[in-house]
This record gives sequence, structure tokens and C-alpha cells, in this order.
Amino acid sequence: MSEPILELRGINKSFGPVHVLHDIDFTVNPGEVTALVGDNGAGKSTLVKCIAGIHPAESGEILFEGEPVHIKGPRDAAELGIEVVYQDLALADNLDIVQNMFLGRERTKIGLLDETDMEQAARKTLASLSVRTVKSVRTQVSSLSGGQRQTVAIAKAVLWNSKVVLLDEPTAALGVAQTRQVLDLVRRLAEQGLGVVLISHNMNDVFEVADRIACLYLGRMAAVVGSKDVTHGQVVELITAGRSGDLGIARPEAATI
Amino acid sequence: MSSEEASMTNTTDTPAQETPQGAISDFGIDTTSQSTGEAVRDYWARVRGGELGSLPALLGLVVLLIVFSSLSDTFFTLGNLANLLQQGASITIIAMGLVFVLLLGEIDLSAGTASGVTGSVMALHLIHNGNLLGGMGDTVFYMFCGLLVLAIVLSALMKVWAGTALSAVALIIAAVGIPANAWLEMLLAVCVGAAIGCITGFLVARVGIPSFVVTLALFLVWTGVVLQFIGQGGTLGLRDDTIFNVANGNLNFVGSWALFVIAVGGYAAVVLTRHFSRLRRGLVAQPTTLVLIKIGALALLAAVITYALSINRAPSNLVVIQGVPYVVPLVLVLLVIGTFVLDRTSYGRHIYAVGGNKEAARRAGINVERIRMSVFVIASSLAAIGAIVYSSKVGSVDPNAGGGDTLLMSVGAAVIGGTSLFGGKGRLRDAVIGGAVLAIIRNGMGLLHQPAAVVFIVTGLVLLLAASVDALSRRRAANAAR
Repeated sequence: MSEPILELRGINKSFGPVHVLHDIDFTVNPGEVTALVGDNGAGKSTLVKCIAGIHPAESGEILFEGEPVHIKGPRDAAELGIEVVYQDLALADNLDIVQNMFLGRERTKIGLLDETDMEQAARKTLASLSVRTVKSVRTQVSSLSGGQRQTVAIAKAVLWNSKVVLLDEPTAALGVAQTRQVLDLVRRLAEQGLGVVLISHNMNDVFEVADRIACLYLGRMAAVVGSKDVTHGQVVELITAGRSGDLGIARPEAATI
Repeated sequence: MSSEEASMTNTTDTPAQETPQGAISDFGIDTTSQSTGEAVRDYWARVRGGELGSLPALLGLVVLLIVFSSLSDTFFTLGNLANLLQQGASITIIAMGLVFVLLLGEIDLSAGTASGVTGSVMALHLIHNGNLLGGMGDTVFYMFCGLLVLAIVLSALMKVWAGTALSAVALIIAAVGIPANAWLEMLLAVCVGAAIGCITGFLVARVGIPSFVVTLALFLVWTGVVLQFIGQGGTLGLRDDTIFNVANGNLNFVGSWALFVIAVGGYAAVVLTRHFSRLRRGLVAQPTTLVLIKIGALALLAAVITYALSINRAPSNLVVIQGVPYVVPLVLVLLVIGTFVLDRTSYGRHIYAVGGNKEAARRAGINVERIRMSVFVIASSLAAIGAIVYSSKVGSVDPNAGGGDTLLMSVGAAVIGGTSLFGGKGRLRDAVIGGAVLAIIRNGMGLLHQPAAVVFIVTGLVLLLAASVDALSRRRAANAAR
């Protein structure tokens, strides 16, 4: 296995008296999809926010491409090449696809927007992800379907030559066909050599695209397993009880929040 | 006129059209080139889908022109048409500023009375030969300067540097007491407008009071300030040729045609450069014939108007009144600069983004508070230019300047033109088209000797109609998206 692109060691995070993350170790490998699963409140979103710099971790180490880094804000994360695709999208409805993909990072030529350059770059990115469902890159986002929007949001993350993409429940609000589109896209991201982290509640999705599954249980990393080595049932047990056979935390009943 | 509209819509937002090229041809159905017929059908499909833009307002404009021309002998005369342009200019300019605010889904109810304040400061400076201290009295003057300092501090705090610079200029002009000079007075008015915008913007963007409440309160405050500056029942006369000419003067014959050449040539240059650069890079572009037809149509229209306005339109033989009124290049310049800022700069893009989805804009790293503050600075500065125009038109500033229906008419103009009150949707030319509609109604009804009561009712109904069209088209667009 190649060297991890992102490695977290002993991450801790509390909100006031609530200790949300306990000594989390977590790695993301390039070219792999790592699913992050866990019950509500297990700390999935908090972990993602620690990586994205929205809630910086209190203790612990983050290594990016083997080098220790300090992520103090979203900007630090973006500079490293870590992009987060949020559950509630973050696209402006009244702008078109190109405008959304470059929002906040417009390319300019002598102070003016370089529309042709941006349009070409957006097309290339979408074409490289084999996105064929969008009629034109100048379509307004308001007229796209949920799956297409998710596609644009993901493509936006890819556009920035990012190395790690974190997807927060990308298929939660989608229908069957649209989920298909997005999962294909997730797979293609990994094939392009990016490190992909997929947060999902849907076991079918997880088993379909993930290479490894990381299970959080009450703020602790219960187990990180290869998706081929475990069954559906085992993962569900890990999520709900923190333990399944010889996998998981030794004494989950001792775990407290 | 509607072909001109089509040109404007299509050139700025090139719709779903196609390109033939290697790797990019992978991209969906976005790949074939398009004929003129297809481009027209595409535009029609978008109109049917609810993306009306300013089409209804343009149609309304044409209908109004026809109706008033047939009902009144004097309406479609050269003198009246030029007069119409001069009457509508101030509302149009204030409306342009409001478009920026409306794009964020905010409102500036104080723009009208704020313009009154700038107008009266301008008049005081002129009348007292630069001695604002004498014109306002000690207490008022020091409070005025205090507010300017406050505006400088607040805008610097929010890094809205244009606001800081303009407020500082206002403070310098006020404090130094340079003798009266028409250009200086107009600059002072705009700078005071910017300072007012800094205060409004800070209260909305940083303190977080809803813009409706902030500007409602400031509407009252500025009403009082205008009264204080001018005095109950008084008026400040503007006896200065330069200021008088802003709204009443005309370009000479050569100037009129020079304006035509610059406007049409500039438009053609911009459109063609973009068109061929897109073609060269294999991007979706409209058929070249269609682009040329649009430019030709615009040039023809502009030529007819310029020709008509350069004929002597004086009612008697004693004087000669000819040429394009100064307000035309003024509005055009503001329109071009504003449209340029909105369409071609990151700042403009960010305004649309904040208006469409504030949270998305924030996550994209846009300084949302700064954008929100800056639009109020723009709105108040443009309101000040509006004040210069209407003060020039009547030749004086009275305590009611910018009060009454000024603000509501301006908002109405922007909305009639197609700007959405919910933010994210609207263009600067909406304000111009809407302003023209309102000016024609007021002017035409006046010529038909209708009482003020009827004028107000008709104007209100037109606004209601425009809002209904907007609501219906939005519903249609929402259905089409599913």
C-alpha cells in the first residue's frame, strides 16, 4: 500500500465539557475511498471539520504527505489541497456551473474575469470526470437536479487540484439513478489518485465504493477494516456496539462520551 | 427594441450552445455548433421557461409609447422626448444604485432622503461660497464633520477602501472651505453620499440590523437633516450654469455624433472581441450573423435617436435647442461602468453569489460583510448623483428634496425592469428600462391633463403588473426546473 496522503494521530476535540473525539487515528491513502461510518453523534462530522480546519483539533498530530502540518482554518486546509463537499451543497442557485465552480477563486486577466479560460477549465474537469448529464456548463444551477448539483459540488472540489476530498453524505437526498451517478463519480475521483473520504449512513453505498471502512463509536475509532474483509452485519455491529467478534474496541461498555 | 433586448441577454449569458473540439467533445451534448435559427429557438425556449429578464418591461415600454403617441399630439414631439429623458434621469440613476442593494436581497429605504442630504450640502456649499461652517452653524457643522469621520473609521474597519477615500475627500472639502466651484460641489455631493452609505452599510452588515429597519430609521433621520440644513419653508437656489446644465443642457452637434460613434463603436468592439475570442478557443458562441444583426440593429436605433435629437426642437424661433441631453451620456456611462463591474469583475460576481446563497459565498471565502456594506456605499453614491440631476432640473433644493415618492419610484423602476426583491437576480439596465417606463407614464399622463390622483393609481397598477409577471415567471421557472 502506498504512503498515506493524510494521517491523523491521536486527535482529541471537546466542545466545552463534552469530549467528542478521543485519540483518533485515521489515515487516507491516495487512490482509495475510505468510508467513515458511525451512528449519529459518533463524531464523523466533527472529525471532518477538524481536518477541514473549521474546528481545529485540540491535541494530536496531522501529517500531510508525511509532513506535520497545522490546520487552523479552512484556508489552511484549502492550501494543502483538502476540499470538503458539504451535505447542504454550498452552491449559489442564481449562478451557472462555471461561475459556481470558480466562486471565490475567479481567474482574472488584468483585473477582469477571464470567462473563456474558466469555461474551458470547467469543461475539462467535468469531461475528465465523465460527467455527461449536464447539458451545458453555462446552465444555471437552479435548473439542475439534485444529483447534478452534487456532481457540480464534487467537480468544484476536484478543480483545485486537490489531493484529498471529503464528502459529507453526498447521496443522502438523492434518488436511485442520481445516487448511481454520484457513486460512479466518487469511484472516478479515487481512480484519478485522490484520497477520498466518504461519510455515509448507507451501507450499500459504502460497500459499493469504499476500499476501507473506518467505524467511529462514541468518539473513538472502533476499527478500520478493508471492505472486502467484513460483512454488512459486522459493520453494523461496529457502528451500534463498537465491537464485532474480535474487531472493535476491547470494552465498548466502558466508553463514555 | 426587443431585438436589442435579445442581444443584450444573449451576449452576457451565452446559453446552452455547442462547440466542436477534441477532448472537450466528451462533454455531454454540449458539442455541436449552432445556427441562427437554433439560437433564436433557444432564446424563445428560455423565455417560455420563465427567464423573462426585462422583456415584459420592454414590451410595456413599446405599448406605452404607442398609446401615448396616439392619444396626445404633443407626446411624440422632439421637444417632449428630450424632456422625457431629462425628467426620468434622476429616478433612473437612484434606481441603478438600488439594483446593487436589491441584488443582495436587501433594501435601502433611505436612498431618497439621503440624496436630499447630499443635494442640500451641495447647495449650501455653493451658496455660502465654500463656507459650510457658516452655512450650517457651528453645532451642526461639527456634527456633520463628526459623521464624516465616523464614516471614514467604519469603512476602514470593514476595509471598504472606496468608502474611506470618498468620505475623506468629503471631510477635506468640508473642512478646508475651498471657494464655490460647480465641479467641486458635485464631487462633494457624491462623497457625502458615499459617507452616508458607509454608515448604513456598517449598521446592516456588521451590527446586523435588518436593512429595512436601518434604512427606515435613517429615512427619518435624513428627512430631519435636510430640514435642518435648508430651514423650514426655505429653498436653496442653485444659480450656477454648470450645475444647471447637468439636467437641462445638451451636447452640441459634433458632441452628439461623437457620443454615437463612441457608444456604438465601443459596444461593437466589446461584443465582437468576446465573440471571436470564444470562437477561436472553440467555446460555445452565437452565430456570427446573429451577433452582427444585433450590433446593426443597435447602431440603427442609436443613429435614429441621435439624428432626431440633433434637430432643432425649440418651440420658438428665438432660440435653438438641439443635441443629445447631457443626462444621456451620464446615464450611459453609469450603466456601462456598473454593468462592467457586475459582469466582468470578481466583485460583481461576488455580489450575485451573496445574493443567491450567502452561506455558499461565505464558504467560498468571500468576505460577505464587506460585500454587503459596499453595496450601500454604491447605492448612496449613485443617489447623490441622482440628487445632482434633480436639483439641476428644478434649479433649487427644497426641504422636500428626495422625500415624497422619490425612493419608492426608484425601487419601482428597478422592479418594473425585472430586478427581484429576493436578491440574486437583476441587471443594471433593468433600472434604466423601468425608469423609462415610469417617466413615460408620468409625462404622458401629464400631457393628457390627468390629475395627480390618476397618475399615482396608474403607476401603482403598472408596478403591480410588473410584480405579477415576475412572480408568475418565477413559478414557471421553478416548474421547468423539476
